[in-house]
Amino acid sequence: MTAPTAPSVSAPSTAVAAAGTTTASPAPTRTSGAVGTPHTRLEGRLKVTGAARYAGEVPFAELAHGWLVTSTVARGRIRSIEAEPVLAMPGVLTVLHHENAPRLTPGVGMMGPDATLQVLQDDRVPHVGWPVALVVAETLEQAREAAEALVVAYDAEPHDAVFHAGHPGMYTPEPSRYVLPDSDKGDVEAELGASAVVVDEEYTTPQEYHSAMEPHAAVARWENGRLEAIDSNQGSHAVAQDLAKLFSLDAASVRVRSEHVGGAFGSKGTIRPHLLLAVMATTVLDRPVRVVLTRRQMFSLVGSRPATAQRVRLGADSDGRLRALDHEARTFSSTVHEYVEQSTRHSRIMYAADALRTRTKVVRLDVPTPAFMRAPGWAPGSFAVESAMDELAEKAGMDPIALRSRNEPEAGPVSGLPFSSRNLIACFDEGARRFGWTDRDPRPRARRDGRWLLGTGMAAAAHSAGTAPSTASITAGADGAFTVRIAAADIGTGARTALTQIAADALGAPPERVRVKIADSDFGPAFLAGGSMGTASWAWAITEAAAALGEKLALVDQIPAEGITARADTSELVSGRQPRESNAFGAQFAEVSVDVASGEVRVRRMLGIFAVGRVVNPLTARSQLVGGMTMGLSMALHEEGIRDTASGGLANADLAGYHVAANADVPVIEAGWVDDPDTYNPSGIKGLGEIGIVGVAAAIANAVWHATGVRHRDLPIRLDRVLTAGTAIENGGAVTH
Amino acid sequence: MREFGYKRATDVPEAVALLATDPEARFLGGGTNLVDLMKTGVESPALLVDVRGLPLDRIEVADDGALKIGATVTNSDLAADPEVRRRYPALTEAVLAGASGQLRNMATVGGNLLQRTRCGYFGDTAQPCNKRVPGSGCPALAGEHHNHAILDWSEHCVATHPSDMGVALAAFDAVVSIHTADGPAELPLSEFYLPVGDTPHRENALPPGALITGVTLPAAPVAARSRYRKVRERASFAFANGSIAAALDVEDGTVRDVRLAFGAVASRPWRARKAERALTGGPATAEAFAAAADAELAAAEPLAHNGYKVPLIRNLVVAMLTELTQEAAR
Repeated sequence: MTAPTAPSVSAPSTAVAAAGTTTASPAPTRTSGAVGTPHTRLEGRLKVTGAARYAGEVPFAELAHGWLVTSTVARGRIRSIEAEPVLAMPGVLTVLHHENAPRLTPGVGMMGPDATLQVLQDDRVPHVGWPVALVVAETLEQAREAAEALVVAYDAEPHDAVFHAGHPGMYTPEPSRYVLPDSDKGDVEAELGASAVVVDEEYTTPQEYHSAMEPHAAVARWENGRLEAIDSNQGSHAVAQDLAKLFSLDAASVRVRSEHVGGAFGSKGTIRPHLLLAVMATTVLDRPVRVVLTRRQMFSLVGSRPATAQRVRLGADSDGRLRALDHEARTFSSTVHEYVEQSTRHSRIMYAADALRTRTKVVRLDVPTPAFMRAPGWAPGSFAVESAMDELAEKAGMDPIALRSRNEPEAGPVSGLPFSSRNLIACFDEGARRFGWTDRDPRPRARRDGRWLLGTGMAAAAHSAGTAPSTASITAGADGAFTVRIAAADIGTGARTALTQIAADALGAPPERVRVKIADSDFGPAFLAGGSMGTASWAWAITEAAAALGEKLALVDQIPAEGITARADTSELVSGRQPRESNAFGAQFAEVSVDVASGEVRVRRMLGIFAVGRVVNPLTARSQLVGGMTMGLSMALHEEGIRDTASGGLANADLAGYHVAANADVPVIEAGWVDDPDTYNPSGIKGLGEIGIVGVAAAIANAVWHATGVRHRDLPIRLDRVLTAGTAIENGGAVTH
Repeated sequence: MREFGYKRATDVPEAVALLATDPEARFLGGGTNLVDLMKTGVESPALLVDVRGLPLDRIEVADDGALKIGATVTNSDLAADPEVRRRYPALTEAVLAGASGQLRNMATVGGNLLQRTRCGYFGDTAQPCNKRVPGSGCPALAGEHHNHAILDWSEHCVATHPSDMGVALAAFDAVVSIHTADGPAELPLSEFYLPVGDTPHRENALPPGALITGVTLPAAPVAARSRYRKVRERASFAFANGSIAAALDVEDGTVRDVRLAFGAVASRPWRARKAERALTGGPATAEAFAAAADAELAAAEPLAHNGYKVPLIRNLVVAMLTELTQEAAR
């Protein structure tokens, strides 16, 4: 059995050699200024030359290949699986299904008991695309052909797979760590009644999919009594922990690595079925097994952003001061597991209002289980609230920025907690200056370029800036180099590079002498690359480890051959902080052109200005923000999962049918940031992986209104919707094609 | 994915003979559609006969001025050809509106005519589809059909033909050259695609075992002032929600000659002959253009979610003919 040949990232050997071999006297309190300096990705060359191996590419001797078979009915039971004919096909090694698959421990889940992990455990089919069998064969082609030949019979039951706001099954979910309680401050009805200007509208967002470039993939094998897996995920340690629990293994006997990950956006944040199935198969066959999901399978097995239907009511005095903000968000989850999209998060921190009311309701449908997707809650919630604020500005005859600025809260509107920092106004000012907002004519339908009507719009953005406990270790080598070990993940963001810069400054060493090893569960607990919390959480642990190492090094004259290692665990530091309302903020601007005769909408330019704390690597930070804004453009104009009522399946479960923005859709996008000092996390980092998408859809929808005079309250702003609405002035105005 | 045989033909008779060796054989051109369908299990041929090496990769002007385009000419080469650009600019624009640069470098003219619908039910083998499995039903009628046909569909199938190139070819009276075991033959594009009726799985009038060897565009002076416009759900790399190829010859405000064809409205590229008749000899005004579009679209039977295609096509006709009229006046 050969070892995997995944390359690791290492500092240039010349730099290490030049550093000498005997004594090193690092001064970990000194910074070397790496943070804040643009740095290309350390693994960039490996990636662009194809040398970086992803989970589905790592070669193994004796590798067997699993191909997943998924359900074709939306609700029911498996009546029979005819495995015998398939087992006789060339190369087929086994067919795993609910009657013969290894048993899993129930009740396991990173965020509470998660029944989506209980694959091949019973005959229940909860939605189209649920795993019903894994066919394993000598080659990928044999596995695939056999999987396609496998006959599965079902006893189908009537299904209910279509979400709508008026669904009778709506209920209020129980508050938990992941479900915010409904909030009530003041008397919304009374304040609305006393308001000079009122907006009361409904907004909808469709089901959206992460659509990471790299499909979910895993290889698993048993090696010297240890279960080893190479997996595509956002947090190797948490995945290894859940894997151990599910298979009733000692945690120390499971190792998960995820050296390179090709995008995730939340879909790889928790353990996913491809890894469980690979582990089942390697356990049964005692040889390495790889399982890679197809694109179509990704549409049913790795989560989605669920659709939302949101009613927003705003009431204000004639000068724009908010009296009432009422936000009711409805969404869905599956019958398997309750995931609740927290669309009211935006309204809970954004504006001061005398009365503030939020409600969340959810209905369980016979559909795949939704999940966190880039800026969960924030992205759909900001579309509704920031669209409504634009409508309020129009009704009040106010500039949209002035309206927002007037309603800046002193403290968290719901929590009452002080903000750790809040530099939203600075984002407005800088954004307005760079975008040229101050010269804007507020009237709609007033600009034209040939067949295109032109308009501009803006929206505010926010995202929570959290920190979670993590551990890290740093070893000072006898050669003068440092090796950092932390179970962080680089999902394409540049995390490995950013952590190298952070460690270099913490150690007072040039980045060339610092090697950061990540994505290995053996490195100990670390938060996942998610929630915009990864870099901030990891940075704190690395900084603490560097300080501890400095103390150790101060006591020795010479570093022994095995090096000197220091560890840090930030659990107590993180939990010992005073509670704060800690968020990143931003201002989004967009200019669009609309041809109402064809329904085409094109974004001409976008600008986002953000307050995201300390920026570690301006190069990759900009990429993250521009990437988020691009995803927001895609959310505004393109992305929409379309459920087929009759079958309960998705009618467009591939990237030909599920459109994400193409290069031609993406115009000049500029992203920048303002000074945002904040030491709530001592690294000063707030995280910026998600805020780029927040508010973009509203900014674009507001710009489409400015161009055409028509409000589009349903995403995406499809050409048929634009064409049908034309330039109709609301309340029965004439259509003027 | 089923294992399949692969043979490479070096001349046309050999290609036709090779195909005849296996009833489940298919010709392979650029493979940009067929290979995808094989991966998803929609197609499972036993044998692929690769025709990319055939000497059919030329574009030539015939003695009568017609343009003869070989079946294995790639989309990229077709779009870039100077004669095509000069004499049939709408064809260049149509080809460039389709797919991506990489796909256009692979895709061939013959294959383009034979590409299959992108109806999601056709592409999902877990779903019924009369085109894929005759008699199994058409879920699109009551299901997802926002980009399906409004003209000449049947209760058996409401899918559209996806080609952009075909729309321009339809406007310019293309004739398809074929080769069968009996030798060469010709088939006008207007007769190439069969009506949907109750046999949506039978898409064209090619005799069994026939190979498309080329497409001929008759000389048509009107085509020199022609345009193609495609409206789709993103700016690139998507199939049309509605498209139009138009050529217009106007003199003193009167339409002397006009060609109009629509894409994404029917199971075939839709030549708008009613609209052409309504326009020819009449005034080149926006009102006349709209009336002509209405004459063509009077037969439209939209479903619940694709009714927008009627005003879309109407608006495209008016906008494009107006543009062409203004150009002629300059």
